[in-house]
Amino acid sequence: MNEMAKRTLRRIPLHLVILGIAIAWFIPSMGLLSSSFRPAEEISSTGWWTVFVPPTELTTQLYEEALTRQNMGQSFVNSLFISIPATIIPIMGAAFAAYAFAWLEFPGRNILFVIVVALLVVPLQLTFIPILRVYNRVGLTGTFPGIWLAHAAYGLPFAIYLLRNSIGALPKDLFESAYLDGASSFDVFFRIVLPLTVPALASLVIFQFLWVWNDLLVALIYLGGTPSVAPMTVTISNLVNSLGGNWQVLTAAAFISVILPLLVFFSLQRYFVKGILAGSVKG
Amino acid sequence: MALVVILGVPAATVAYVAAIEWVMKRLPYTLAAKVRPWLWLAPALLLLAFYLIYPSLNTARISFMNADSTEYVGLDNYGFAVTNPDMISAFKNNILWLIFFTGGTVILGLVIAVLTDRVRYETLIKGIIFLPMAISYVAAGVIWKLMYQYQPAGKAQTGTVNAVLAAIIPGFEPKAWLFNQSFNNAALIIIGVWMWTGFCMVVLSAALKGIPDELLEAARVDGANEWQVFWRVILPLMKSTIAVVATTMVINVLKIFDIVYVMTNGNLDTEVIANRMYKEMFNYRHFGRASAIAVILLLATIPVMIVNIRRFQQQEEIR
Repeated sequence: MNEMAKRTLRRIPLHLVILGIAIAWFIPSMGLLSSSFRPAEEISSTGWWTVFVPPTELTTQLYEEALTRQNMGQSFVNSLFISIPATIIPIMGAAFAAYAFAWLEFPGRNILFVIVVALLVVPLQLTFIPILRVYNRVGLTGTFPGIWLAHAAYGLPFAIYLLRNSIGALPKDLFESAYLDGASSFDVFFRIVLPLTVPALASLVIFQFLWVWNDLLVALIYLGGTPSVAPMTVTISNLVNSLGGNWQVLTAAAFISVILPLLVFFSLQRYFVKGILAGSVKG
Repeated sequence: MALVVILGVPAATVAYVAAIEWVMKRLPYTLAAKVRPWLWLAPALLLLAFYLIYPSLNTARISFMNADSTEYVGLDNYGFAVTNPDMISAFKNNILWLIFFTGGTVILGLVIAVLTDRVRYETLIKGIIFLPMAISYVAAGVIWKLMYQYQPAGKAQTGTVNAVLAAIIPGFEPKAWLFNQSFNNAALIIIGVWMWTGFCMVVLSAALKGIPDELLEAARVDGANEWQVFWRVILPLMKSTIAVVATTMVINVLKIFDIVYVMTNGNLDTEVIANRMYKEMFNYRHFGRASAIAVILLLATIPVMIVNIRRFQQQEEIR
């Protein structure tokens, strides 16, 4: 037996384990996906896997119902308008702060950092009432900037925590040689820190985007029900409420709202590559 | 509008740093070194102060007051929080979550990140594991009700779990997964693991990609097998990221709410702490008790924080 064949044979258990996990993970979503193409009345009477046994009756009726509801197009655009700045603001703010926490000296650094991370645990429900009072006074309720800043603040503790860890793990020599070459903090940050933390930044972008995109509670509180600014989650939940018992439409609506987050995930996936740090420091 | 969103916001953040560094250059060196950190921290700290710290302090004060915050009641709310039977059951369940959710997500996330790193179809598999993260809690609730659905024995099962088990185990009795108190918490924790393993996998995988190939090759050339490479090279190098992920999951467990809320709403002994807080606040309108529970959640993070600070100090010593 040649080397290649031996290697392939040895790797069979590896492939089996990976495929086993992937199948187990996919089954629940598969159930939702196949249910979303079934006629509503069948979903509650037979199992979703019966679609794989002929005769199969598939229909896009649930998707049509979900898509033709008023405002779906508008709320898709709104969701984007909310999610993009609400992803950029906290990540940039967190990167600035993480750089200061990891590489700049100042009194009270550790205690301040502990406070920031402890804020991860604050239940968001507690913050709504005091903040809403201020929002109403200054007219931020129902506006995009109002919800950008709220999402930014809620995302900051985790973003700072994650970036503090990866920015802090960069080798000291990098900074020393840059400063010796006369680089400013601005140069160091944008030319060294950001490029070298790309994998961590990419994962943060994915998570923050997802949290904002899938958020219902924060949008309901700060945007109210105004259709002109409502994101998809709000529109979908209104749709479910107005349909009453017809929850099956939710299966289709759920898949419509999952498409964009998955695109973000797959497009950022290529930044998780080996050896980004490799060539930058020798030895 | 679109222009503001796509160009204006990123430009504003870069302009901020350019502006502060422009000012810094014109200040005497020692003064600049003192002021600089605070200007880099300012945007984050201002947002945190208003959106999280101010409401938290408010909460701490309300936790010593009665239901509608009209008079002080001392430690009564805390007394309630640690003696009420529902609260004790919530603490017990949160400990179950702490052990099995944290363990499950971190270990599975690590195993999947390491295994998929070795195959060509990595992106596809990671996409599948990540998919649940992209699904909202409401949709996840629908998915898992389809999974756990129960029909009495003898009838055709519509729930995936019962149908699969009935197909592979002869004489299997269908179970009401969400209602039977001996395993309904396990059923909920499995949903949590399903949703959050993708998170751990993505962060751990990003760290794994940061390990230079040469290091692993060197170990292999020296005769280490794959098992030794994992335990002696990969694991030590990923220690700090594993700690970050585990910390995030522990904090996540303390706050775990949505899964319980959409699946059982805490009925049949599945209550968790955050769900109790929500009920005290929005169902019973007892702001004092709700706030005391929130403060207890905050206090529970202190041990985790101490471990983290030690770790960051070590990180600084070795660099």
